[in-house]
Amino acid sequence: MTELQAARAGGALGVPRMETMSRRTLYLDMLIALAAFVVLAILPMVFGSKALLDFVIRCSAFGLFATSLNLLVGYSGMISFGHGMFFGLGAYGFGLLMQRTGVSIPVAFVATLLITAVIAAVIGAICVRLKAIYFAFVTLAFQMLIHSTILSWASLTGGDQGLRGGIPRPVFLGIDLSNHHHLYVVSCALLVLGLLLMRQIAQSPFGYTLRMIRDNASRASFLGIDVWRARFTIFVLAALFAATGGIVMALFVSGAYPEFAYWTISGEGIFINMLGGVTTFLGPMVGTVLLLTLNDTVTRLTEYYGIVLGVVILFFAIGLRKGLMDFAVEWYTQRRTQAGERE
Amino acid sequence: MDLDALTGCLASPACLVTQTTSGLIIGMLLFLVAVGLTLIFGVLKVVNFSHGAFYMFGAYFAMTAYQLSDSFALAMLCAAAGTAILGLVFERVFMSRVYGADVLMQLLVCYAFVLIFDDVVRMVWGPEFKSMGMPAAFQVMPLFIAGGVVPPYYLLLIGVALAMALLLGLGLARTQLGKVIRAAAHNPAMVSALGINTGLIYGGVFALGGMLAGLAGALAAPVRSLTPGMGFSVLIESFIVTVIGGMGSILGALIGALLIGLIRSFGSLGFPLFTEGLMYLFMVVVLVARPSGLFGKEVA
Repeated sequence: MTELQAARAGGALGVPRMETMSRRTLYLDMLIALAAFVVLAILPMVFGSKALLDFVIRCSAFGLFATSLNLLVGYSGMISFGHGMFFGLGAYGFGLLMQRTGVSIPVAFVATLLITAVIAAVIGAICVRLKAIYFAFVTLAFQMLIHSTILSWASLTGGDQGLRGGIPRPVFLGIDLSNHHHLYVVSCALLVLGLLLMRQIAQSPFGYTLRMIRDNASRASFLGIDVWRARFTIFVLAALFAATGGIVMALFVSGAYPEFAYWTISGEGIFINMLGGVTTFLGPMVGTVLLLTLNDTVTRLTEYYGIVLGVVILFFAIGLRKGLMDFAVEWYTQRRTQAGERE
Repeated sequence: MDLDALTGCLASPACLVTQTTSGLIIGMLLFLVAVGLTLIFGVLKVVNFSHGAFYMFGAYFAMTAYQLSDSFALAMLCAAAGTAILGLVFERVFMSRVYGADVLMQLLVCYAFVLIFDDVVRMVWGPEFKSMGMPAAFQVMPLFIAGGVVPPYYLLLIGVALAMALLLGLGLARTQLGKVIRAAAHNPAMVSALGINTGLIYGGVFALGGMLAGLAGALAAPVRSLTPGMGFSVLIESFIVTVIGGMGSILGALIGALLIGLIRSFGSLGFPLFTEGLMYLFMVVVLVARPSGLFGKEVA
């Protein structure tokens, strides 16, 4: 079944066969997620190094962010160049709630997501009807608006110094996030849970509707799909996962800085997607690990990080013309069809 | 918020003149950058996300040329020529490879060059703020118009930008080359079939756009500070200008740039902390009312 047919079957009418299929993939996904979480949780017992744990926590933050961006870029064809604003909003929202109101961590978490949802709804309502390049740049403009608001509203956000003085992390349900190991496990849990949820969105009839809109928006609209509403919904949903990434980041560095809301975060997100590939669900995750490894290696070796990163981007954009996972998947299917022909 | 300052200024002719000229300066510089952006988009159908880099290079080229030769005219010429060559090479070697690809690839190639160019500038000229200084010829008494202060350099800047706007508008509308460029924007395959080298047209338009941004950088060098990354904020603002004016429209770029310039200069009086926010708000209002911009055709 092509994606278009699948979307037509599932999107508007909801054929039962689709649902049994997606339920089976749900169980499989849950199993994989559980296994991944167990492996990640055992990791510190095997390798005790703090640097590795830090690396995984950063991967969780950026992985959530990049995968949520892929819901827009890869699945819906909406190239947002301002997705990083929600990462920044998550970090600042959570940090401010913890510093100023003294609520417990789960309450602050939910409240941050609510705030993000409201802001994303306002921005989305303006942006999602714009096409391709207009959408990219207007989202970028909103990102810059939020960044300049953070810089100028110094009494609330600390201006260019960021939120300093640490974020209080009171114990809840026996979990103490100021304990590095606890923080690690919670970050991994948030990552795995977030990925599982996003995977379900991507595989749902709604996810296939998004693919159809990406491939042919006018056809989708002829079939009775409210294109604006589908785009708007995924815009807000993706913002929530990006904000979750921001919360993980805020917990990790125990603060929030204007760079979290700067446009380069969005640029890196797009690049991560490119690096890993947008056609597979886990592509952005692979890209995140690649970029962070590259980041750590290059910044250790040279101060001209931009040149190295730029050349790597050029290699992927002009040389390979696709992400690593896309490349691997294509290579694999090609080899299989060749093997099939030989038999 | 300081609305008293704003109403006070609007009541006094001296302040009105000063703020209007400073708004015109911002607007004219933005126009030169934005018109290149809009021209490249109109003909090549790509958004040059690295356009700010040409502005930056223009400023640095002008500074170095001025320091070496002590002639401001020569500095402007060097900046324009240097950025034009850079634009031509950039388009022919890199951008021309991603015309068929999707928007994401084009953005990525440009993003790569934003990073590379910023680092190149950091390597060659250093990471610190630089200043070119006002050319000796313009270190004279400012003019007083209705009590408002207008430095003569500002007049030169506005004059050059207006001349460029006129030249571009007339050139595209009236000359043979202008017709070919407009035809290439409309139907490149047909133009190519008629025996015209569209690759050359594309490279030329990109070079022209780069040169205009470089010229803007050179004109801005005496009045702004130079730093790696200076191109990016200009890029964002000139993109706002093209969105407001309508992608692909030269008149739209001019009107949009002037509006943004005036919003910035008067906004900084009334809303000192939210000047940038005002620009974005204005853009949002225009987009909601007219998604294709004030002078744009149907959004493609």
